[in-house]
Amino acid sequence: MSFPALVIKDLKKTYGSGTVALKGVSLEVPEGDFFALLGPNGAGKTTIIGIVTGLVTKTGGTVSVFGYDIDKDTEKAKTQIGLVGQEINFNPFEKVLDIVVNQGGYYGIPRSEAIPRAKQLLADLGLGDKMTGQAMQLSGGMKRRLMIARALIHKPRFLILDEPTAGVDVELRRGMWSYLRKLTGEGVTILLTTHYLEEAEQLANHVAILNYGEIIRNGTMKDILAMHTDEGQAAEGYRGGRLEEVFLQLINESDK
Amino acid sequence: MHAEKSLAHDMTTYQKWIAFYTMLRKDVVRMFRIWGQTFLPSIITSSLYFLIFGAVLGSRIGEMQGVDYMSFVVPGLVMLAIVTNSYTNSSFTFFQSKFFARSIEEQLVSPMPPWIMIAGFISGGVVRGILVGALVLAISLFFTNLHIAIASAGVILLFAVLTAFVFSLAGLVNGIYAKSIDGINIVPTFVLTPLIYLGGVFYSISSLPQAAQYVTHVNPLFYLINGFRYGFLGITDVPLATSLAVLFGLIALLIAVNWYLIRTGLGLKQ
Repeated sequence: MSFPALVIKDLKKTYGSGTVALKGVSLEVPEGDFFALLGPNGAGKTTIIGIVTGLVTKTGGTVSVFGYDIDKDTEKAKTQIGLVGQEINFNPFEKVLDIVVNQGGYYGIPRSEAIPRAKQLLADLGLGDKMTGQAMQLSGGMKRRLMIARALIHKPRFLILDEPTAGVDVELRRGMWSYLRKLTGEGVTILLTTHYLEEAEQLANHVAILNYGEIIRNGTMKDILAMHTDEGQAAEGYRGGRLEEVFLQLINESDK
Repeated sequence: MHAEKSLAHDMTTYQKWIAFYTMLRKDVVRMFRIWGQTFLPSIITSSLYFLIFGAVLGSRIGEMQGVDYMSFVVPGLVMLAIVTNSYTNSSFTFFQSKFFARSIEEQLVSPMPPWIMIAGFISGGVVRGILVGALVLAISLFFTNLHIAIASAGVILLFAVLTAFVFSLAGLVNGIYAKSIDGINIVPTFVLTPLIYLGGVFYSISSLPQAAQYVTHVNPLFYLINGFRYGFLGITDVPLATSLAVLFGLIALLIAVNWYLIRTGLGLKQ
């Protein structure tokens, strides 16, 4: 029996400060999909990712990954997920190769297996000549790629990327897009959050738009882009891509 | 196919061992890389103690409970090294991974159960405590005429390991709760150090007034130092069984607290 990669039902989160981050979000990411979760800053994207990956506790609702409930089948659910977080979260004093190999160790992969796998991943991501150096010596874009390699060391079926291309130059970003497309071609389901809407437009098959802790639109990329009209464009200056226009339109409607 | 469907199971015992070994190895590599911060301070401090109490003050103090003062002090100083190093290692390693780089997330997103995380974090503290304790003991042999019998070596090792275990667990609780670097330093400075010095490192409680002796009995460090001293010198202020009971009681309590904190994510998850 095949399960969706991610099923979220009525997910709620209120932080200790009283801030309501999620007001009952329901979402489904099909297996093998490239899914973009979009929204302005503070919409709740990172909170959702935090809950799914075990970094944030939820207030209510259920989450399952490939049919495994994150509360009841925590270990099974977590083995399915690879996370590339929004912030750089590795020890900068560690060697690049060690960061990836140790992450494999936390998933129970012995060093004899993890080392060649890590070397291959780092080489694939263009970090082959940086393996023995300290992570602090890497540039911003290289650090992002190191985080991708680390997230893939245990061969997850579901890769979650929280703004993976933030601060990365155009050339590198395009390279990362190709790599992510290759992963989906190999059967990996991807959930992406990004503020670069042309990135989501290029890569994703499905889109959910989040604002103030609620899903305001959810559908295929084709359906979302079909909402775009050229009306009124001449009255304004800069025009973004089609997804950007729809995004702004939906957010503005939601804010009213 | 990149994705591995075969991984959809709970971690096996072997995989849990690998996860634990990874955490231990990482910490041991770190402590040897920065040996000047991890091993050297205790060696210098204990050498100064031996020099001052042995060469300068020891001869004037004479004997304590039938043994020369320098030999009397050695178990307490070794214990001091074990306690401070195991505690500091666990608290600082955890705090560093939580605040400085958020690398704690590497473990939190992984499938390893909470008890493996606890074991992984405290094991480095136990290793460091034992290694530094052994170094301090080796230095003491230059200043004293200690002769350790094979029979008592077992008691010494038992108390050394259990003490390192207790204070690694205690350090981990501190690391989890601490919200700033001050939170890491407050407990060792204002709680741990007084407890160690008032626990009988430098004296026998029989030399204290009756009221002070009663107060000393509520200090857990007193039992650990006495059990350890029994292993070295065959003398103690309390029965060995009482010291062991206190140690095991502390271990059970601290494991329960750590398990609860990591399981619920208190101080870790938002």
